[in-house]
Formats: sequence, C-alpha cells, structure tokens
Amino acid sequence: MRSVARRVTAWAGDPWRPPVVLAMVTWVYILWSIVPVLIAVQFSFNSGRSRSTWQGFSMRWWWGDAQRSLFHDPALRQAMINSLTLAGLTMVIATPLGVGLALGLARWRGRTARASNLLMLVPLSTPEIVMGAMLFLVFDNLYTSIPLGRPAMLLGHVTFSVSYVVVIVRGRLLSIGRDLEEAAQDLGATPVQALRTVLFPLLGPAVFASLMIVFATSIDDFVISAFLSSDLSSETVPIKIYSNVRGSPTPALNALASAMLLGTTVAIALAVLSLRFFRRGARGSAVEDFARLDI
Amino acid sequence: MLAAPGVVWLVLLFLVPFYAILAVAFGDLDPIFGNAVPVWSPFGWDFTLFTEIVERVFGGELGQVFIRTFVYVGLALTISFLIGYPVAYFVSRHAGRRRGLLLGLLLAPFWINYLMRMLAWVNLLQEDGYVNDAIAMFGVDRGSWLDGRSFTVIMGLVYGYVPFLILPLFAALDRIDQRVLEASRDLGMGPARTFWRVTLPMSRQGILAAGVITALPMTGDYYTADLLSGSPRTSMVGNQIEFYLFEGSQKNAGASLVLVLSVFLMVAMAYYMWSTDRTTRELR
Repeated sequence: MRSVARRVTAWAGDPWRPPVVLAMVTWVYILWSIVPVLIAVQFSFNSGRSRSTWQGFSMRWWWGDAQRSLFHDPALRQAMINSLTLAGLTMVIATPLGVGLALGLARWRGRTARASNLLMLVPLSTPEIVMGAMLFLVFDNLYTSIPLGRPAMLLGHVTFSVSYVVVIVRGRLLSIGRDLEEAAQDLGATPVQALRTVLFPLLGPAVFASLMIVFATSIDDFVISAFLSSDLSSETVPIKIYSNVRGSPTPALNALASAMLLGTTVAIALAVLSLRFFRRGARGSAVEDFARLDI
Repeated sequence: MLAAPGVVWLVLLFLVPFYAILAVAFGDLDPIFGNAVPVWSPFGWDFTLFTEIVERVFGGELGQVFIRTFVYVGLALTISFLIGYPVAYFVSRHAGRRRGLLLGLLLAPFWINYLMRMLAWVNLLQEDGYVNDAIAMFGVDRGSWLDGRSFTVIMGLVYGYVPFLILPLFAALDRIDQRVLEASRDLGMGPARTFWRVTLPMSRQGILAAGVITALPMTGDYYTADLLSGSPRTSMVGNQIEFYLFEGSQKNAGASLVLVLSVFLMVAMAYYMWSTDRTTRELR
C-alpha cells in the first residue's frame, strides 16, 4: 500500500508527466460543445414528430413529408432562400468596400485617416443589440424610403461586415509590405498598374477568405436581421429558428438548422483552404492562422 | 480615394444611425398617439423622458433588470474562464501533434449557428429529453428546466460564449515563450508556482481581451434568455430593449435604454478597439 501511495505522489509531483487532468478537461469540453449539436442533427432524421424522443430513422422531415418537410414547406424554403440571398449579396458588396478601406487606411496619414480608422473599429466592438436598435430607428425614422425587410437587412449586414474585411485584408497588407509595389513603380508602372498587377494578385487569398467569412457571419447573424426584418416574407433561417423553437415545431426545424450548418461549414472550409494555399511553405498551419484572426 | 466608399458607407449607416438613437431618446412624444417623434436638431432636445428612464434604472424596477444582467454576465464569465482557461492552456502547450485537430474542434462552434446551438439544448432539456433521461437513471426526479430558471439561462450563456473566450486566451498563451517557463523551472519553481508567478501574469492581456470580447455581446444578449426561459423572472437588459422597441412600441424608452447600456459598456468597448488596433499593428 505504502509503495502505491508513494508512486502516486511521485507521479503527481513529476513536472514532466503528461497533463492527464488538463487533457481530460479539454476533451470533455469539446464533447460538451459539439455533441448536443450532433444530437440536434440526428433528430432531423427522426421518424416521429418528437424532437426529444428517438423513434427511428427516416428522411420524412427532409423531403418525405409532402407538406411539412424542409423541401416542401414553402415557409422553410423561403427562409433558406432569404438567408442565402442575403449572405451572397452582403458578401459581394461588403468585400470590395472593405478592401478599398483597408488599402486606403494603409496608405493614408493624418487626422482624417485616424478618424476613419476609429470609425472602422467602432462597429467591431458595438454590441449587436445596440447596432440593431440604431439601424432600426434610422430606417424607421430617417431613411423611410428604404423599407424594413430585405433592403434594410442587406444594408445592415454590409455595415457590420465591412470591418471584418478591413481587419483581415489589412493584416495581409502589412505582412506583404510596400517593397514589391515600389519596385513595380520603379520599373515604370503607374500607381494604378502597380495596384492591379502586383498587389491585387497577392491579396487574392485574403480577399477570398474575407468573402467566405462575410458569407458565414451574415448567414449566422440573428440580431441585426431580427431588428430589420418586416414580416414573414423576409425571415431568415435564424429568425425562423428563434420564432419556432418554443412553439411546437417538428423536426423539420432541425433539418433547416442542419442544412444551414452544412452551408456555413462549406464556406469556412473554403476559407481555411484558401489561407492554406496562400501560406504554402510557411510554418504552422492554416487553422492556426484562422484561430488568430481574433474576430 | 479607394477608402472613400467604405468611409461614406460607415458614416451613413453607422454614425447617422447612432445620431438617430439620440434624436429618438431626446425627442418628443406625439400628443395624440403617444409614439416617439424624433427631434433632429440638438437645440430642440428635451431630456425629461430620458431622465425618467435613468431614474427608473437607478432605483426603479429597471435597476433590477440591470443588476440581474450584470450578475448573470459575471457568473457566466467566471464559469467560462474556469472552463476556457484550462482548455486554452492545454491546447497551446501540450496538444502536441493533435494541435491542428484540437484547434479545428475549438473553432467548430463558431460556424454552428448560435440559435442552432440553443435549439439543441431546448431539445435536450425537454421534460422527456435526454438530460432528464440521464438524471433519471441515477434515480433523480425529472426536472423542468425551461420554465424560467436563472441556472438554465446562465449555463446557456456559458455554452454560447465559451468559444469566443477560448480563442483570444489561446492566442495569448501561445505567444508566451516556452523558454521563459523552462527558466522558471530551472530557477527552482515548481509547476504551481511557475503558473502563478509566470504564466498567469504573462497572459493577463489575453484574459482582459477575452473577457471584453465575451462580455460585450453577452450583456446585450436577449435571445438566450428568451429561448431557454422566456419568463420575465430572467429578463435581461436586452429583453427590455427588445420589448420597448417592438412589443411595447415605446421607442423613446428603448432608445434611452440603449444609450444607458452603451455608457455602461463604453470602457469595455474602448479597450476592445484599442487591443484590436494593437494586434493589427503588431503584424507590421
């Protein structure tokens, strides 16, 4: 007995032993963070109506049921179409705006530049509910020619996305440096030519990553959408989930959420792959870069 | 200028909307319908309605909602740190060749929709859900978790926001030079003292950044409380704002509350902006 106790204390006191407790905490956390979602996905394949008792596998709530399944219920289909359109449009509007702003801020000096930099940073730190209330009140009272619903939602989504793009693109700009662009200009290129032929190709992957991240954050957003939506016709998937969860929804709601999960997963996977492609040969991994984006 | 469209966009859709909050909060009420009428000129601003709301926050029933919100956020943040710090520490120091996999798994909750993650728990916490099945196996009575319990809302906030806390912590812990820790060992400090005297102080900035990044959205959250409880007993500031703006249609009260909340969060927001700016500059 004594020798067992001694061995235990020696093991606990050894600074070079593998950290078993920490490893356990980490894996338990990871299971806790992911398994509930997997169970929610599982229940989208439930053959009964319940979302809490398993009654066997079926595709009923995906497309089997002729009225209430994801692919047949017009309200659910509309929510999916709304989410995808909104995210797609936000992506193509916010990214050029953000890239331009990032390029400008990297070059600009002086007071206006500092003010613009601040203006770009504030939306990042503003809680969504404050931003949502602001935008709701301005569309309600001042920009009354823009109706609440899809148009206002699009403008709102672009507003919170621009800053993400700036942060991502500016990070890349700073690591590229000015040397290559200056070399191009020394060799006779105009500033515009240098931008187009040298800088844009180098920024490509960062721009692509921005597109994907904007898509994912837009499709994920709930608060801004909810504050700016008008009626059922402009509801996005998160709004649909929110308004149905506490009613008596069917597993079709789980199917809807699972379908969206698939969409964002594809977008993020593409973003990670593009970052990996960009940093061929560099140390570390693309996932780590992604984790450090800090957004 | 390349930056011009972006700047104009942010002025029109960020600065002007912020001004709209002031115009509504300090505006008038329509004498017949009682709805808020914004006053755009600062010379016409009337502060009586705003002062009334502020008085109800300091000493009135709105004060309770604010206190409840800060208690929830404080508890949820504490629990989140107790879970998040060990995880971030392990992945940054000891993950070895599984590091990429672990990081990928830590990032996973980011692209799972927040509402889907709450939907998952609403399913699990039903009367006939898996959680009750699990505790029934140990002979404990089935509980109803979703009828307005602070415990459920706080755990919901923890579940929702821990991922946002872990990443900045990971980034900060990962920046600490391994050799500093080895030096501490060589100079005779045990693992516990190395942690208290070296690792923890060196990760202080990361802890602050993580706390701010998590606390800001958590304080403005209203959907977690709504989905997991829906009862006025657990209502947070966000719920109150949402109520005033939409269901109660007392938009001036809503706008005033948004202002009060922003003032409370100002310091945290300023710190967040400063640290984001510094991180981008460090890449230079």
